[in-house]
Amino acid sequence: METIQTDVVIIGAGGAGLRAAIALAEADPGLRIALVSKVYPMRSHTCAAEGGAAGVVKPDDSLEQHFNDTVGGGDWLTDQDAVELFINEAPKELVQLEHWGCPWSREDNGSVAVRPFGGMKIKRTWFAADKTGFHLLHTLFQTSLRFDNIQRFDEYFTTDLLVADGRVQGCTAIEMRSGMMHQFQAKAVIICSGGASRMFPFTTNGSIKTGDGTALAYRAGAPVKDMEFVQYHPTGLPGTGILLTEGCRGEGGVLRNKDGYRYLQDYGMGPETPIGEPVLKTMELGPRDRLSQAFWHEQKKGKTIETQWGDCVYLDLTHLGEARIKERLPFVHDLAKSYLGVDMITDMVPIRPVVHYMMGGIHTDINGAAGLPGLFAAGECACVSINGANRLGSNSLTELLVFGRRAAESAVAYINGGDKTVDAGAANDRAEASRARITALFQKSGGGETTSGIRREMTESMESGAGIYRDEESLKATCGKIAELRRRYNDIELHDKSNVFNTDLFQILELGSMLDLAETVAASALARQESRGSHQRLDFTERDDSRFLKHSMAHYQGEGPPRIDYLDVTITKSPPGVRDYSGDHK
Amino acid sequence: MSLRQIELEVLRYDPEQDDEPRFQKYSVPCQEEWVVLDALNYVKDNLDGSLSYRWSCHMAVCGSCGMMIDGEPTLSCKAFLRDYGSKIRVEPLANFPIERDLVVVLDDFMSKLKRVKPYLIPKQHKPIADGEYRQTPRQLKLYKQYTLCINCTLCYAACPQFALIPDFIGPAALALAHRYNLDSRDGGRAERQEEVASHEGIWECSFVGACSEVCPKSVDPAGAIQQMKIASTVDWYLERLMPWRNK
Repeated sequence: METIQTDVVIIGAGGAGLRAAIALAEADPGLRIALVSKVYPMRSHTCAAEGGAAGVVKPDDSLEQHFNDTVGGGDWLTDQDAVELFINEAPKELVQLEHWGCPWSREDNGSVAVRPFGGMKIKRTWFAADKTGFHLLHTLFQTSLRFDNIQRFDEYFTTDLLVADGRVQGCTAIEMRSGMMHQFQAKAVIICSGGASRMFPFTTNGSIKTGDGTALAYRAGAPVKDMEFVQYHPTGLPGTGILLTEGCRGEGGVLRNKDGYRYLQDYGMGPETPIGEPVLKTMELGPRDRLSQAFWHEQKKGKTIETQWGDCVYLDLTHLGEARIKERLPFVHDLAKSYLGVDMITDMVPIRPVVHYMMGGIHTDINGAAGLPGLFAAGECACVSINGANRLGSNSLTELLVFGRRAAESAVAYINGGDKTVDAGAANDRAEASRARITALFQKSGGGETTSGIRREMTESMESGAGIYRDEESLKATCGKIAELRRRYNDIELHDKSNVFNTDLFQILELGSMLDLAETVAASALARQESRGSHQRLDFTERDDSRFLKHSMAHYQGEGPPRIDYLDVTITKSPPGVRDYSGDHK
Repeated sequence: MSLRQIELEVLRYDPEQDDEPRFQKYSVPCQEEWVVLDALNYVKDNLDGSLSYRWSCHMAVCGSCGMMIDGEPTLSCKAFLRDYGSKIRVEPLANFPIERDLVVVLDDFMSKLKRVKPYLIPKQHKPIADGEYRQTPRQLKLYKQYTLCINCTLCYAACPQFALIPDFIGPAALALAHRYNLDSRDGGRAERQEEVASHEGIWECSFVGACSEVCPKSVDPAGAIQQMKIASTVDWYLERLMPWRNK
């Protein structure tokens, strides 16, 4: 087996991974950095983020406002020390991106422009038209090409972490073009592999978002945190699940039910605001969890529109006019037209809530250090707890910058803080075990289960049992179903025996990751007997701070369901309060 | 939802088993609003798990799923079945070596991308604490179009010059160099000229314009290359007519 000796391995080359790689390269030009990803960097799903990145920069804004919006938006399940650090670092990171060439949209005087987003009291979202994630990703990727000590391993599929003597000392990965297993021996590993929303049937996420990195860490013994918090974005295109950015509402778009009525006013987000004059933090600029939940109620009342793709409501942008839509929202204008045949300049767009983001992930401390020595994580795969029970739109792009860099700096400090020599013999034994697992898949025949069949049953069960609203019965059914599917997973037969770009194999491995994480979502949701943020229980409708102002921690238990315990939330200055998105809020 | 039966004729090639590429036919029950990628996913999930291709975002921004569809370089996630007949031929992107089935080898493109130094080389250093560089909407507009490239490489599959001369740096990479050259914050044009104005660079382009026609993001690499040719020509004359400028 080919062995790559390096100092730090980064798994995932999207926004967080690239930001970490650049930070490592800048910290020490002598450091050997291996950037490993199952796709080329520019294919990473950061590219699909549209609306923008939050950071306080304008004179009418303040760090305190960003703090309050984020902590309240997260229903007080955020760690406030992490949030404070995040909002302090955010503007610097966004300026850094600007210095690296990011084509941010501008004011007439040449300063960076900001737009309003849901749940924020002051507009503070930096944007590059409606392709912010795309530009951010490409700026980072192109900047990374400056550094010769970033060695990329594009299209390498990571299969296991190498853990020896209680330390993470690298990983194994399959070179996809040859099928050859490689081992990366390293002093530290940073996981930046993104989210796992493909465990749901209807999602904005690309096919690659299967939670592989999170599952690697979980199986290796690092706990995953707050997995029950799954964000539904309120405005997805029916059928495809394509995202229509929150910028649509930031620019003045409104939501209507089948009667043309702006129903959000009936769900604590009224009174109705005038068309064309969006008011921050109320009505359509309420937070994502509340808007998606309001859809569910409208659907129950029979106020949604029946379409061939299921029930929808309307996103109405017709009052914005052609010029503004083409300047500020050119991408989503094209998407709605191409994929739904609706021109948003003249017609209302049918939309529905769609799974978008996992607030939970690999538990890390404020420095990006995960629950195993030598392991770090950043971005959507991680849970440093700035998002709590509901992420505020436009915090995630900034998060991957701030914590991508921070995880890198922590890894450097860790490496320099004592002897981190790799135990080559032990690492090699683990790598051989990883290879044997894959070889066994190739050799096994019979079984009768299929990847697509089990995947379909998993996604259906997640939607029906662990969707926008949940209760004990639905969650128990989903827990049972996922446990059953995890057993049946072992009977999937690998039919494609080729070593070259074997997507049959990679889909099996991805499904394994999703199943393990789906079980943590359902189990954590079942155990949390309250409603908070994106986690809404029909049988426990209120927030219960006395029992659940705590992070859920899921620990891997092999074939059985995860063990769940809890970790206190860090509260520094904002005691839990009421989330008020009515127009009367202060 | 109306169904439509489509016959997909897909190029297959596994270097471990096949001496040369072959075509395989699949009959796929498709929904009217599907794209070709949806039909391929149907094949993968229901008919033949060994079919290999790249895809991710299904919204024309990750750049993974470029293929030849009925002979034209196209993103399969934006190739609507309604625009095709009942038989559709799907092949890997032309002008690239086939890795397997619809997956092509991208090493050459990735190395060319790096060669043109596609990153900001600032005119003057500015500390982060001093905030952003000022750039007016007008200055942004000058280069914005050339930032929109998703590296899908359809333009390389369309380019007759790249087909003839594989060393040609090619449309996407050159357009990206142009993007940074035009950025008001950048001062790196001279450094990029080494690659861009070389015989493998802009002068290899014969201005057929096929690259711009197939570009799914309207980047217009052909336009970028012609602009660079003009700028380089101006350089050449200035060097000779006004040698004192060469300091």
